[in-house]
Amino acid sequence: MKMSTLLRVTGALAVSALALTAADHAAAQAKKIKIGFVTTLSGPNAAYGIDMRNSFELALDHMGRKMGGIPVEVIYEDDEQKPEVGKQKTDKLLQRDRVDFMAGYIWSNVLLASYKPVVDSKTFLISANAGPSQLAGEQCNPYFFAASWANEQNPMGVGHLLNQKNVKRLYIVAPNYAAGQDMANGVKATFKGEVVGQDMTRWPDQLDFSAEISKIRATKPDAVYIFFPGRAGVQFYTQYSQANLKKEIPLYSVFTVDGVTLKLQKDLVLDTYFGLFWAPDLPYAANQKFVTDYKKKHKDTPTFYGAQSYDVANLIASAVAATKGNLKDKEGLRKALEAANFDSVRGPMKFNKNHFPIHAIYQQEAYKVSENEYDIRTISKIIDNLEDPSAPKCKM
Amino acid sequence: MSSLLRLKSPITTIAGSILLVLLGLVPVFAMLLDDPFMLTLFTRIVIMAIAAVSLNLILGYGGMVSFGHAAYIGVGGYAIGILAHHGITEAWIQWPVALIGSALVALLIGLLSLRTKGIFFIMLTLALAQLVYYLGNGAYAYGGDDGLTILQRTDLGGLLDLNDKETLYYLCWVLLVIVLWLTYRVVNSRFGMVLQGAKSNDRRMATLGFPVFRYRLTAFVISGTICGLAGILTATYTDFISPAMMHWTRSGDLIVMVVLGGMGSLFGPLFGAVTFLMLEEILSSWTEYWKIVFGPILLLVVLFARGGIDGAMVRGAAGYALTGLITLFLIYVVHYLWYDDWIPAAVVLAGAAAAILAIWYRQRREAVAIASAGGDHA
Amino acid sequence: MTPRFITRSLFFFMTLLLIEQFLNGLQIGLLLFLLAAGLTLVFGIMDLVNLAHGSLYMMGAFFAATLTEWTGSFLLGALLALPATALLGIVVEVIALRNLYTRDHLDHVLATFGLILFFNELARILFGVGGMAIPLPDSLLTHFEVLPGLPYPTYRFLIIVVGLLCAVFLYVLVQKTRLGMLIRAGATNREMVGALGIDIKLLFTLVFGLGAALAALAGLMAAPITTVQIGMGDNILILALVVIVIGGIGSIRGAFIAAVMIGLVDTMGRAFLPNMLGTVLSPADAGTVAEALSSMLIYILMSGVLVLRPAGLFPAPGR
Repeated sequence: MKMSTLLRVTGALAVSALALTAADHAAAQAKKIKIGFVTTLSGPNAAYGIDMRNSFELALDHMGRKMGGIPVEVIYEDDEQKPEVGKQKTDKLLQRDRVDFMAGYIWSNVLLASYKPVVDSKTFLISANAGPSQLAGEQCNPYFFAASWANEQNPMGVGHLLNQKNVKRLYIVAPNYAAGQDMANGVKATFKGEVVGQDMTRWPDQLDFSAEISKIRATKPDAVYIFFPGRAGVQFYTQYSQANLKKEIPLYSVFTVDGVTLKLQKDLVLDTYFGLFWAPDLPYAANQKFVTDYKKKHKDTPTFYGAQSYDVANLIASAVAATKGNLKDKEGLRKALEAANFDSVRGPMKFNKNHFPIHAIYQQEAYKVSENEYDIRTISKIIDNLEDPSAPKCKM
Repeated sequence: MSSLLRLKSPITTIAGSILLVLLGLVPVFAMLLDDPFMLTLFTRIVIMAIAAVSLNLILGYGGMVSFGHAAYIGVGGYAIGILAHHGITEAWIQWPVALIGSALVALLIGLLSLRTKGIFFIMLTLALAQLVYYLGNGAYAYGGDDGLTILQRTDLGGLLDLNDKETLYYLCWVLLVIVLWLTYRVVNSRFGMVLQGAKSNDRRMATLGFPVFRYRLTAFVISGTICGLAGILTATYTDFISPAMMHWTRSGDLIVMVVLGGMGSLFGPLFGAVTFLMLEEILSSWTEYWKIVFGPILLLVVLFARGGIDGAMVRGAAGYALTGLITLFLIYVVHYLWYDDWIPAAVVLAGAAAAILAIWYRQRREAVAIASAGGDHA
Repeated sequence: MTPRFITRSLFFFMTLLLIEQFLNGLQIGLLLFLLAAGLTLVFGIMDLVNLAHGSLYMMGAFFAATLTEWTGSFLLGALLALPATALLGIVVEVIALRNLYTRDHLDHVLATFGLILFFNELARILFGVGGMAIPLPDSLLTHFEVLPGLPYPTYRFLIIVVGLLCAVFLYVLVQKTRLGMLIRAGATNREMVGALGIDIKLLFTLVFGLGAALAALAGLMAAPITTVQIGMGDNILILALVVIVIGGIGSIRGAFIAAVMIGLVDTMGRAFLPNMLGTVLSPADAGTVAEALSSMLIYILMSGVLVLRPAGLFPAPGR
């Protein structure tokens, strides 16, 4: 009994070790460009990760699945919105799959947990969403790029918009976590009027904003500015409308209305405004191609998460083409990435010295296309060539 | 059901020792198979095993269900992180601060919660750990919920270079062995006897003159300190610490590891940690819906295979564990051929259910045998 | 515009805000009560810690959203969702939870935690990943003047009304009916109740179904405000557990008082702490510190209650 148990246990452990290593079944020897893409594919925010994956795939289809003539392979991993899991998946992509580029990352805390081993191993990491101010400032790195934005940029744009609209008294509501802080600070950096109230709500637990809305009603500001990504955006708009404040006090937001939340928000977001660097109706050729083909393939409008992912693919492709596929030329790749020599869906853009974009911010609103179908359109350009405030802290 | 009996059971001791040796050889395997990721994965497993062993001391042996153990990982980790943030990277400063900090937090939480029992104790440990979590969330100077990146690893003063993955792994492995040995000594001492006696009937122990509260508090602090050690290693290994690592769901994961492996047995938490994390790794790479499989597995284990993996081994049901593993492997093959989401999930569920029902059937047969012989109650 | 007029209107104005925040707190507290009532009933009678109660809350909301879509009426959708969720609860009880009654609390926690994982993924497969919203009929999207100068959303007022009605209903049920007597007796000594010839299994199943229906009611009432999403029950479950721990296991009265207390403390904290702190800190800092404090307040409250009264405020007699 003892001996056979011994054998069984050893056998079991060996089997499982084999199972693990067998997971790497694609031991391809042919020359390929491998890209690792970490995003959220499960849980309540999976819709965004799926949008990013769809857009990245679309970009690859558009370029014939080759970059600089070399076939591309992408491995998508789910971070489950948890820093530890994201880090583990990143490690796996880096060490087992030996990817040449790492991309993705919706959440700042997942990115911050995962990026160090990537850049330490001299692999380029290009964020398709997360833009934490730490990485835009003191912790900027030659191997890190953000193809999306820095956290404070879009809110700064909205601050300019508020000035343009002559808003004098502003009430701010945002969730109390790092990104929420950045969004509040960003608008205050450019807004010239008086902030008559600022409420930071509990994140992500707090779903009921009755206390904050009552305070808004009592204070009677000229406008309200909010940031509530994902689910919470639907909840705030619902409650704000139910409190009958939408007609009285104009509502401005950032990152709160997107293609996914719009499906639930519907009429609630009409007659409110937001600021972003990209909209599906921007007239640039690359954007039109992206949006039209995405709609055809997925019967849905892409979100800005997807637009950013589309840009990441083209950014990488431009760098690979510039070095003629020589992935060992890190210096050359970096210069090519910094040059951003590709057609971005947002129009003209370039990189700041901290590898974060400098681009325009637009005023946008949602509108009704038909019964139960809504979309986002651009109203005006707020400001051009907006830089982010953390760049001076970067010593590159 | 004396846990002491389990400790002396040859099967689990042998299996546990084999596992420890195999874990010690992981760097060799990783080098032979040219798979550095294996080393990374198992570093995390070994560190979690240390945390699970610490929890087993009070949960398995002491009967205290602490739903806030992840907080100590946070305290240990943040001590390292905050000191490193301010430029202090010497181990002889960082480690004592982290360990003493964890001990103090454990002392505080223990003082407040050990007066209660049952669900109240569970809720109180959860609540107090959540307080620590919210404190971490609110500490914007140290990243808040974004977490704190640790730019420079602990400096062991030329003794060992923790930047080398293999060195770090061996450090963790040696610490795991030490912690296991420590648990063995504690559990088999007079202190441990009192603790286990209090678990089955604390009134009896009090009548015998033992200050049960003090014994429990001491065990609680020891457990918290060892968990703080796991926190130190986590921060070192990930170069990062965030409040998310302190959330109550993390504490839940630790409890699952201990229960899965077999509570109140020496190597139980080791089996549990290895199985839980490997299952998580394997299942999540197959299907995004893996939790629909894992949930019922957990339920079935609690319902039918109460003794966990360790219990299954003692009862000679290692064959069933092996059946389960082979089922998993077969399902992997299925997934490899068929890239569809729900099929592997359904098959895994069926396989796991079959394996666990088999264990349960075996247990029922034995329970009937014991009952008819007038044996003890489970 | 004399200074006296200004101060008096400011005072009146402040009082209106206070009343409005009070109503907000009451509404949040009553929703919490609806959820906690089922939890404490099940815990009290069957000594079962059911973490999957939050999943029943979520499924109730999803059922209501789906049924509202099918029938076109929120009222109909809500009325149908209640028995549907009760049925779901009963099925879960018979298949999975029945075996747990003799086990200890840890086993309950683990097993029902496994159920949470299962239900979250099941909901994802059945209802999709985006969640659902329940559009309110126009009649409920209005306001009415609770007091002159204080318009309050009709729907939130409805929540208060429904919550209070349920509290009364449960009080009558538990105190004045035979079923309630059995419930109270079972909470104190279930073996005796079984020995007296009552079909204990049936009683348990009924109570569980009632608990599930209450969870569904909480879920579908919260849904138009907070939308229906996967995992919506997980966070509020912790709050519900805090409520029943403070209130005392098995006590509906305790759950009511604790829930309303927590709702008021939470709302008042959010409403007035930033302003109070704003006198000593900058507005931004005040906002952040206030929020951190109010998150911790509830746990501090619970810890305080447990230290002083380790069995809660109104423990069932004989425990």
